Amino acid sequence: MANGPLPPCYTSAMASQLLDAVRDGLREWTYALGGPGTRSRLEKLTPPRNEFGVDPYGFDAEYLVSAVAPLIWLYKKYFRVQVHGIERVPAEGRVLLVSNHSGQLPFDGAMIEVGCLFDRDPPRAVRALMDTWVPTLPFVSTFMARCGQVVGTPENCRRLLAADEALLVFPEGTRGLNKLFKHRYQLQRFGEGFMRLALETGAPVVPVGVVGAEEQAPALLDLKQVARLLSFPALPITPTLLPIPLPTRYHIHFGEPMAFQGAPDEDDEQLERKVAEVEGAVRALIARGLAERRHVFW
Amino acid sequence: MPRTVLVTGISGNLGRALAKQLHTETHVIGIDRRPFLGKPKDIEHHEVDLRKARVEEAFRHAEVEAVIHMGIMHDPRMPFSEAHSFNLMGTHRILDLCVRHRVRKVVVLSSANVYGPRPDNSNFLVEETPLMAADRYSDVRDLIELDMYAQSFMWKHPELETVILRHVNIIGPTVRNAPTNYLRLEVPVTVMGFDPMLQLIHEEDACRALVLALRPGLRGVFNVTGPGEVPLSAVLRELGRVSIPVPHFLLRPFVRRVFEARLVSFPPEEVDHIQYLCVVDGSRFAREAGWAPRYTLRETIRSVL
Repeated sequence: MANGPLPPCYTSAMASQLLDAVRDGLREWTYALGGPGTRSRLEKLTPPRNEFGVDPYGFDAEYLVSAVAPLIWLYKKYFRVQVHGIERVPAEGRVLLVSNHSGQLPFDGAMIEVGCLFDRDPPRAVRALMDTWVPTLPFVSTFMARCGQVVGTPENCRRLLAADEALLVFPEGTRGLNKLFKHRYQLQRFGEGFMRLALETGAPVVPVGVVGAEEQAPALLDLKQVARLLSFPALPITPTLLPIPLPTRYHIHFGEPMAFQGAPDEDDEQLERKVAEVEGAVRALIARGLAERRHVFW
Repeated sequence: MPRTVLVTGISGNLGRALAKQLHTETHVIGIDRRPFLGKPKDIEHHEVDLRKARVEEAFRHAEVEAVIHMGIMHDPRMPFSEAHSFNLMGTHRILDLCVRHRVRKVVVLSSANVYGPRPDNSNFLVEETPLMAADRYSDVRDLIELDMYAQSFMWKHPELETVILRHVNIIGPTVRNAPTNYLRLEVPVTVMGFDPMLQLIHEEDACRALVLALRPGLRGVFNVTGPGEVPLSAVLRELGRVSIPVPHFLLRPFVRRVFEARLVSFPPEEVDHIQYLCVVDGSRFAREAGWAPRYTLRETIRSVL
């Protein structure tokens, strides 16, 4: 049997040429924004891929290099992210990055991942865990899947950690993401699921503190009733109405990896103590970040 | 290999493909209410509805050692009560006869669709995942009941080796089911902004898995996967299709209209299959039965042409 796609009709050929041009353009933009050496560094990313260019989860490294361009622009030019201690993210092996969550829209997750791709050598593709709401969103769901993100079910986490991948977890979930401006830098209750996974798989936890995202979209109120009506997780009202992020300066602090011993089914009290340890580490990183930064915007 | 294998639903496209593989290796008895077109001479065929008492004749004629039960109706255009009665009463009768005639092995062809495509699905569903498909599409509940019925049968009758196989989407040159009908559309409609991963298995591989399940000692519930996972868009591109993306809020009412007008055979609920994930973990069957498909992903996709 002959290889290569069958001859498609003329219009679809044009459409796919256009798409290829956009892809190539975005890839060049990625290399330009990333600075010299980006290309060779990103080529070190070699996730498993089949003849259609994806891994079994739908992660497409080539798609990522193109699609990430606007995010690198945000990273370099808009949020002007400064990372501290990114070498603490292990180069290989299973690991859970545990971070605070804020900003109404999850740009903090995107910036942590871009940091691990562009400010770390060799780069590390981090998979963030998404809310089950995301797969119901057109375009976003496809974009997320091709960039290697997965729905945050315990089965997915177990499977990925067993395969020695790096996961990004926000134990506060939407409680943190959609909190109001007056609650900025106040950690919301941490879910415990990540700790059970860490104990079960023996994965170390790297605490992450993100400073800057908490001010990007100051929510004055959250229209919970309307959100429920639209089946959104929240409907924050910001001075710009929509939660468009302001160009705050991000500082991302990575802490020392923490190893935990114990049984994954141990009782809540013991587990809570370990979760509190991680929470404390994240809080300390945030405090350091707040103390060190000069201004919200520069 | 058992000396005599009885196959229900043998006259269907998949049944005939299975018969072709099996009849050179062992004695095959077929049961189907439809005639068996192009039947090889050495196959004994009984044209009878699975729900009828006369089915027992097939068991009386020869000592049946194994049964492959694939006489299961998946046609969404049939009235639900008819599909429900055929699938459940038929399965009940066959399994009952297996006990009475001391059959040693029963292989039931279920489907990975019993899990259902859902936005909150894990990327790889294991066999213990709750069968949630009916929660979004209630007309598949007969297939779920059938799977559960076969499972309870497996526990109640440890003297019989029961194997329940949940195949991913079976496609191939002869198969006519929802996935192949969709992939054969010249201009398929897709859900705008959604591109789920799909799993496909070639019809010959699907039959090979059924034969493999006859191996003595194997029992349990198994997902049966083909040569891997692939985005829907890549499948359509490989087939040279030009798809029309339609926003999901328009697509569902549209599909409902054309389905009700009997212009297409896709019920609106099946849109979920091209919107959300229903991908299974097939590692248990690979490990315990040594399963590996022979067709590559590309060959499998192109087999519908």
